[in-house]
Amino acid sequence: MSRGTGTPRGTIVGVGELEPVRRTEGVTTMGLLGRAARLAVEDAGIGKDEVDGLLMGPQVGETPQHVPAMLSEYLGLQPRMANVVDLGGATGPGMLWRAAAAIDAGMAEVVLCLVGNHRNPVPPRSPNRNPIREFDVPFGASGANTSYAFLKTAHMDRYGTTDADFARIAAVSRANAQHNPRAIFHGTPATVQDVLDSPFIAEPLHLLEIVMPVAGATAAVVVSPERAAAMDLPHAPVHLLGAGEKLTHRAMSQSPSLTSGPLKPSMEQAYAQAGITPAELDVLSVYDCYTVMAAITLEDAGVCGPGEFAQWMQGRDLSHTGPVAYNPHGGQLGCGQADLAGGMSHAIEAVHQLRGTAHGRQAADPHLALVTGNGATMSEAVALVLGTQEAAR
Amino acid sequence: MTLSRETRVLTAAQLSALTVPPPTPTGETRHFWDACAEGRFELQHCPGCDRWVFYPRALCPHCWGQDLQWREASGRATVRSFTVVHKPGHPGWADAAPYVVAILSLAEGPTMLSVLRDVAPADVAVGLPVRISFTTVGEYALPTAVPAGGPR
Repeated sequence: MSRGTGTPRGTIVGVGELEPVRRTEGVTTMGLLGRAARLAVEDAGIGKDEVDGLLMGPQVGETPQHVPAMLSEYLGLQPRMANVVDLGGATGPGMLWRAAAAIDAGMAEVVLCLVGNHRNPVPPRSPNRNPIREFDVPFGASGANTSYAFLKTAHMDRYGTTDADFARIAAVSRANAQHNPRAIFHGTPATVQDVLDSPFIAEPLHLLEIVMPVAGATAAVVVSPERAAAMDLPHAPVHLLGAGEKLTHRAMSQSPSLTSGPLKPSMEQAYAQAGITPAELDVLSVYDCYTVMAAITLEDAGVCGPGEFAQWMQGRDLSHTGPVAYNPHGGQLGCGQADLAGGMSHAIEAVHQLRGTAHGRQAADPHLALVTGNGATMSEAVALVLGTQEAAR
Repeated sequence: MTLSRETRVLTAAQLSALTVPPPTPTGETRHFWDACAEGRFELQHCPGCDRWVFYPRALCPHCWGQDLQWREASGRATVRSFTVVHKPGHPGWADAAPYVVAILSLAEGPTMLSVLRDVAPADVAVGLPVRISFTTVGEYALPTAVPAGGPR
């Protein structure tokens, strides 16, 4: 059994996640967030009126400004603290840390973190008028696929990794998703050969190395460790033992590195705060928008050396039955990516594993989990070390 | 190490025939696009820290100096990484696919994204020397790239 030495900085006492769906019709982001909020508050065993802090993601196309006031009004809340957290796929983990910091600063006591989006027929488009729009888009590089393809090319060039090495990550995610009935690819496993046979989107990236966009919403309730200890909780509390964050660029064309990212210093800081080494982790709930992002994260995490993710994966049981559970819910490659909620889904899976509510895919007695969030094009990074009561000091 | 088996070569004529999102110049960047229109590849240079800057800004991102000067750059670069786009993110690019988008390491130091023409994807590798060669797309002269050894 692993033991951390970190002092808890905050405690997650409730989580909620809507089942992902491919498409929605006529729903609003606020409506989805409200349904997820209700699940999380029920999960924590509290009433909505105990919530006095509210964090949310940006709501492109629906509410460009005054998002906190709009969402508070819609949900019938009157928080003492409210903010938009805008870190792309790192938004969810970034919120959990900010919630703990806000509580520590006396801004609120019960912080509800909400992130999600719909997939109605006409998706909202961000009217960017900034350098990435001016200097990348006119050259045929719209969207994230080209950016992550640059990373895969660079990794293959530098380390000699193969297409099949990356395909294995997608196949493992699909295999793990078979233990998660809510995963969008539950019932649809994929072999390494299936991944290699899927068409190139942005070569060398194949279709099945790229997350499937879905609609969904996630929510979490954060309180102080002291308050958690005094609450009558339906489930075991999960503590935030360490965290780290780093932003290095927006456009991939301006990234300082193509083989290592801002998660590296974020994870190092999170380990240091938690007083642990990566070898002590029982669960790796790592952001996997593309196969290559998971590969770079495993290497940056110190789980294996630079360029060695494929050797590390070789012959290893990466499901919930293995010594280290890798995205046991199937990750986003297996579950689908519910827009910015995809990042929070990794935190929610870690919470389920640590408190023993990951039904049908429960790892054996895990105590320490790494959660990563990655935003934009390996631009925004947040890493969290979460632990059980036993792992906290 | 080459990556792709794709042998179709994107030409200047194909690029010029596209209807795609144009650059969106600001007061800070207008000079760059005006110079491109006149066939000059100009970058900002910071006299305070002697470093080059791309994309154009109001101040130097290295030292925050506010005295950035426009200078003609060499147009020489190498491919830092690349992708062969088969399914473009914008439908206007569909007629050009498959085409090569690359991150270029400019000889002066900064990195920049561009599209490669006059080369088969199968002949592109990380480290390939290229040079900036303008291509008119819509109302703009875009600083696209071609292999350094190729015909002008």
